[in-house]
Amino acid sequence: MSDIVIAGIGQIQVGEHWEIGIRDLAFLVIRAALRDALGIQPQALIVGNMLAPNLSKQSHLGTLLADFAGLTGIEAITVEAAEASGGMALRQGYLAVKSGWVDAVLVVGVEKMTDQVGSGVETALATTMDSDFEAVHGVTTASQAALLMQRYLHEYSIPPDGLAGFALTAHANGAGNPNAMFRKPISLDTYRKAEPISPPLNLFDAAPNADGAAALILTRRDRLPKDWPHPPIALLASATASDALALHDRRDPLFFEALAIATRRALEQAKITLEQIDFLEYHDAFSIYAALSLEASGFAERGQGCRLAAEGHIARDGDLPCATMGGLKARGFAGGATGVYQAVEAALQLRGQAGACQVKPARVGMIQSLGGPASTAVVHILSNQIE
Amino acid sequence: MNNILLRPSRPVGIIGYGAYIPRYRLPAKEIARVWAGGKTAGLPVKEKAVPGLDEDVATMSIEAARNALARAGIAPSELRAIWVGSESHPYAVKPTSTIVAEAIGAAPHIQAGDWEFACKAGTEAMVAAIGFVGSGMADYAMAIGMDTAQGRPGDALEYTAAAGGAAFVLGPAENALAVINAAYSYVTDTPDFWRREHQKYPEHGVRFTGEPAYFHHITSAAKTLMEALGTAPKDYQWAVFHQPNTKFPQRVAQMLGFSPEQIAPGLLVPTIGNTYSGSSIIGLTAILDIAQPGDRILLTSFGSGAGSDALDLTVAEEILERRDRALKTQEYIARRTEIDYAAYARLRGKITMK
Repeated sequence: MSDIVIAGIGQIQVGEHWEIGIRDLAFLVIRAALRDALGIQPQALIVGNMLAPNLSKQSHLGTLLADFAGLTGIEAITVEAAEASGGMALRQGYLAVKSGWVDAVLVVGVEKMTDQVGSGVETALATTMDSDFEAVHGVTTASQAALLMQRYLHEYSIPPDGLAGFALTAHANGAGNPNAMFRKPISLDTYRKAEPISPPLNLFDAAPNADGAAALILTRRDRLPKDWPHPPIALLASATASDALALHDRRDPLFFEALAIATRRALEQAKITLEQIDFLEYHDAFSIYAALSLEASGFAERGQGCRLAAEGHIARDGDLPCATMGGLKARGFAGGATGVYQAVEAALQLRGQAGACQVKPARVGMIQSLGGPASTAVVHILSNQIE
Repeated sequence: MNNILLRPSRPVGIIGYGAYIPRYRLPAKEIARVWAGGKTAGLPVKEKAVPGLDEDVATMSIEAARNALARAGIAPSELRAIWVGSESHPYAVKPTSTIVAEAIGAAPHIQAGDWEFACKAGTEAMVAAIGFVGSGMADYAMAIGMDTAQGRPGDALEYTAAAGGAAFVLGPAENALAVINAAYSYVTDTPDFWRREHQKYPEHGVRFTGEPAYFHHITSAAKTLMEALGTAPKDYQWAVFHQPNTKFPQRVAQMLGFSPEQIAPGLLVPTIGNTYSGSSIIGLTAILDIAQPGDRILLTSFGSGAGSDALDLTVAEEILERRDRALKTQEYIARRTEIDYAAYARLRGKITMK
């Protein structure tokens, strides 16, 4: 079987796109990806989205976006896996092409968060948790992350600003990404003075909710034209796993087991080891998620994830650059579009087109898309090292 | 885009003006004490004006109207219209303007009506009065912008939602203390702030109230007016903009090219809060209190929903003799009784008794 490759990419700056709606966001990136793919026509459209039926009062996005992009006739569906919707859409696209039923697939991640004000967005986000046993008690995604963070600080005797390195790294990298929502580095002092959201979690421990869309086209390598101008980027692995949805049902809340399983499966598929990963896009919806992701994946020992950030290992020039284009924290958290942004950003790194954010070497990248606190985990490995 | 400026066929000016600000002041830090853990950094104003138990838009409009009439030096029976712009009219159905007209002795040979356009209802009434007088249908018309604004307890708007406003008698330019050179209005349907019927407190679109709403409409209105008139910021001694908080009018002035000195006398929001329909026009009264004949003034309001009215005025000789006939705006600001949150909650009906 020929490698599954990324043939085209498109993205829009994450931010408050008050002037356009969800279909326009998606259309802009579909057009960009189709142009980037130089005429490769998809036979299927897979949309990753988390909250449109709730926040945009629009379901049936697959057909809507196919219609609006002038692609009616193709197979079109929406994939939902909470915040991991984008990563899961990418996986469904991978499976479609890998199965041989589809030659080329268009994967779109899109989310419109800013059409609602007040508590509407928080309420919608809370529907991704266990509604009967978590959300009913008033838990929000942020307050749940705060509970995890408090336990982490307590368990490993870490000071309150011990996770600051994740936000500092994200903002330093976001400064170089023209598609990032926040393009300004922050200082440790700024982090320390930030307003609390849900102690010990502060403003800089949480990624900003925003609008965004990203798209990519997958095909088999043998479908690429002979004179293909882009460096081909292969998806070496695609894996996913699930955990107990409610945090209190987990044996060890500080261990992202689904992510550990998905990472192990992905490494096995790609036939590589962790040491061969040149950069990582983790799901830093909250800084505690980043720390726990590094630990569950095996990049750090338990309780040591935050040290990778504090000691500069995850910086652009460190030994494991993370959130290389700003991550969720600085690029912005565009809900179900996030996993597709990660894939587009990894493709830019592997093409050598990441501009000021370029990491070196960039041969193999891992992207991790999480729904909730790794209730769903989707892991992909991408590489430009193909025959 | 010919003829987009609003100019009456006969010249019109402000014959008299009057401000009113209730005496109670609630410091922003007092709201922060109750709702924000005593945070003192980044508060949008120093304090806001709060109406007394027996004050509402009708009584406050009457106070301002009497001041305006005193400066105008005309009999109330000479008024052919009283129009009150507000978003806190005491009645949902029944005009405020009839109460004001009756109280100041202007009834019954009069037009009366209430205007509503969020924070620009006052200037909307002024532009209508300019047209009414300018067409020759009337010699004198009164336009009022007055509010007793409410913010939801704990909301960002509670720090600024304040009470106060101003009244203006519009009449023939030859008898004016300030002549209206032109007006221009810029309006779109932009839902940045709203209150539906039976809702007690308004809702707002958080940051959406900034760039797409306040800044877009004010800069569009002011720039278009100045372009059409061939003027520039340096041609004006004074400028005043709608004042929802301290930063917005300062920033919009800078965006348009006005200096801090040009907006200083009209920038009242730090000490009285956002008086909504009264906000930009009470700033104008404070400018008229100190302006010299020949001074040119640019006023630009903003009302959520959204729109801006820009007015260009030139101060006349009559200002010198008339402005001392009533309390000046800074005198109302100085007449101050500080209250705590508990007294404020009582005065504003925030404590439900049944």
